[in-house]
Amino acid sequence: MSTSTVNRASDRSRGENRLALKLVAPAVALMLLVTAFPMLRALYLSFFSYSLTAPDEREFVGLDNYATALTDGLFWRDTGNTVFIMVVTVAVELVIGFAFAMVMHRLVFARGLVRTSILIPYGIITVVSGFAWQFAFSNTNGFVNSWLPFVSSDFNWFASYESSMVAIMVSEIWKTTPFMALLLLAGLAQVPEDMLEAAKVDGATWWQRLWKVILPNMRAAIMVAVLFRALDAYRIFDNIFVMTAGANNTESISFLTYRQVIEQFQLGIGSALSVLLFLSVLVVAFLIVKIFRVNLADARQEA
Amino acid sequence: MNKNALTRVGTLVGFVLILLWCLLPVAWIISLSFKSQEAVTNGSPGFFPQSGGGAGWQNYVDVLQDEQFRRAILNSIGISLTATILSVALATLTAYAVARLEFQGKKFVLTTALVIAMFPVVSLVGPLFDMWRTFGIYDTWIGLIIPYMSFTLPLAIWTLSAFFREIPWEMEQAAQVDGATSWQAFRKVIVPLAAPGVFTAAILTFFFAWNDFVFGISLTSTERARPIPAALSFFVGADPFNRPASLLAAGAVVATVPVILLVLFFQRKIVAGLTAGAVKG
Repeated sequence: MSTSTVNRASDRSRGENRLALKLVAPAVALMLLVTAFPMLRALYLSFFSYSLTAPDEREFVGLDNYATALTDGLFWRDTGNTVFIMVVTVAVELVIGFAFAMVMHRLVFARGLVRTSILIPYGIITVVSGFAWQFAFSNTNGFVNSWLPFVSSDFNWFASYESSMVAIMVSEIWKTTPFMALLLLAGLAQVPEDMLEAAKVDGATWWQRLWKVILPNMRAAIMVAVLFRALDAYRIFDNIFVMTAGANNTESISFLTYRQVIEQFQLGIGSALSVLLFLSVLVVAFLIVKIFRVNLADARQEA
Repeated sequence: MNKNALTRVGTLVGFVLILLWCLLPVAWIISLSFKSQEAVTNGSPGFFPQSGGGAGWQNYVDVLQDEQFRRAILNSIGISLTATILSVALATLTAYAVARLEFQGKKFVLTTALVIAMFPVVSLVGPLFDMWRTFGIYDTWIGLIIPYMSFTLPLAIWTLSAFFREIPWEMEQAAQVDGATSWQAFRKVIVPLAAPGVFTAAILTFFFAWNDFVFGISLTSTERARPIPAALSFFVGADPFNRPASLLAAGAVVATVPVILLVLFFQRKIVAGLTAGAVKG
């Protein structure tokens, strides 16, 4: 009898397995078709000197494209820009997003209004955000110069590296802080209320409660939010394209890759850059997971 | 008591700051869209149009009469809606398997989705550009629908499997015990329970497709398939060194209307969907 139950159980689980594979196959196939397959193709093309303007002169060059990219100051400058933007925007968003989440958590009135408003930057097209801020910072048609007391009215934000980067990061931060705030708000809701009460009764100050009770209890939510936002910031492209088009050395690594492939038709070196971009994202993801000890099962949300 | 009052004031100040943060730039782009094109060319600093520098609805009329922009709206709506419907359909199948069935390879599916959600899209632009031209789908709707689908699938799969885990599936059997056929049980019990999740996933997917820029500029070359974000960025006007800011602003506002409508009507669902995928439930 016991063997027959086992058999039935394994029959059932085999059937379940088959059904599940049928159900997931289309989605997985499509995801791999558009990512894994092109990525392998990029890896292959990266070993060739290959330009679309002269496709017949394709020639195997081994690792030359990688050597060219890695010894070019441009690659490192753009990687530096990208990392700088990632670190600054995520840090600022974490602080502001947490403050917003605290306010939304405490709010007893107009909750719907606040949530509706906070979804607007989230939903707005990044290109639109880029334009809005570019024109806002413009010295001919914008308002930022007249509102900031310490800059003169004809200050050109897009004339130098530092101020261009500020403008780009403002647009990026404006658009993505709401996402951060909503993730942190969900994390805040998981902090046990009775624990906070107990800490209060024991005489813990606001600051102590924040660091000893609230933050440790929402660690998972913070880590997932940081991981997602950091990798998203690392691919920054739209804002730079719209606001400076890479002028004043404000190019990001994504922008460099795009320029090589689409504007200059250099598929060989462009593919090498694509592979390097992909690898650098892996490195960044690995570092974040290691440094902050993110639990990947949380990110994959396995129950 | 004093402390409580302080907290309340702090919350109120925070409330005002959040509203300013979210709405000020939107108000700005709307205000800019009412500056006249002459005023913008001559320089018209300040938040509001200067007296005599207003354009009324002229910029909106101009933008909506522009053949390329109208075509871009049509492309964006068509491409985003198709990608959304197809992506959510595939994601529903996958999420059902992930949430309800035990199978080998579940981890692989979830990890693949996670990796793709973080994929640097620009690194695909080169090979896809090359491949799409070989397949003859460069600069077509389908050429954009396919990448949009694969990049929205992870989000849709997460959101949906989080929703599906919460569904009391025993109710299906309960209904069958009560005499319903399995189709009735599915139709009358499971579909109404699953619909809100599917709908939420659809909204988030639509946002992604509507927002995309990288594929939009790299996999199209004419107005045949070019979506709104790409069209806006290529919109130069008569003088390439002096972009028609107010006209662009009007276009930007038009492109934002669908987003605002979705947010206004489905705020609750969107928040639930965004956070369902991120915090373990």
